[in-house]
Amino acid sequence: MKEHERKRIEQLLKGSFPAIGAAVDTGLRHDLWPGMLKRLDEPPPPVPWFDWALLAAVGALLVFFPGAIPVLLYHL
Amino acid sequence: MPAPEPPFHVLMQFCHGDQNAFETLFRQHQREVYGWILRIVRDPAAAEDLTIEAFWRIYRARARFDPARGFAPWARRIATNAALDHLKAARRETELPDDLPSPSLPDPGITDGVRRETARAFRRLPPKLQIAATLALIEEQPYKEIAHALGISPGAVKLRVFRATHLLRKQLRRRGIEP
Repeated sequence: MKEHERKRIEQLLKGSFPAIGAAVDTGLRHDLWPGMLKRLDEPPPPVPWFDWALLAAVGALLVFFPGAIPVLLYHL
Repeated sequence: MPAPEPPFHVLMQFCHGDQNAFETLFRQHQREVYGWILRIVRDPAAAEDLTIEAFWRIYRARARFDPARGFAPWARRIATNAALDHLKAARRETELPDDLPSPSLPDPGITDGVRRETARAFRRLPPKLQIAATLALIEEQPYKEIAHALGISPGAVKLRVFRATHLLRKQLRRRGIEP
């Protein structure tokens, strides 16, 4: 890509998205701590079913094919 | 202006799960983290949610934090990852609205149509390239700072910016816009 093309793309981007820059330092209009406290009080999300399925599959693999244990350890 | 680095004992207390120390860190750094995320996602409401998400990740990862390496750079890296996940999800789920906010001083050489198409094409770039290009070309952040936030080398940032501009040019040409 030629230099003038790169410059033009840069110009197009700047023309399409105004730089937020230093203005963001005053951009936060309220304290987010109450929202953070709410988030901290939320119960942890349940483990997805596919994580359990994966765990079961790995367990079954190790039980039925013990030879796979060194391979698994190598990849961990 | 970046927030001052908190006292070492506050960082140590945070590592041990002290919620008061976490609150101190949160209040001291929330603006900076919010500002960084806003630069990436460019949506104030999403940036607020992502600031909370980033601090939630920070709190969960407190045991892995090394106080000797400073809180702000670590928080910024986690915030960048949270913003990256948001861009990935947004790319899958939503279309870009037509009524994009106009730049405060619009370039007279760029029509609204071209501006809109550029924005659309840019939002379709892979999120990793979008972040690098946004921070480097639009926000004009130093490559070293971007590299640190992304956890890659400055050379890799330059490569991502180059790939982003290259892909963007290709997409614009496909839309009949000759950059």
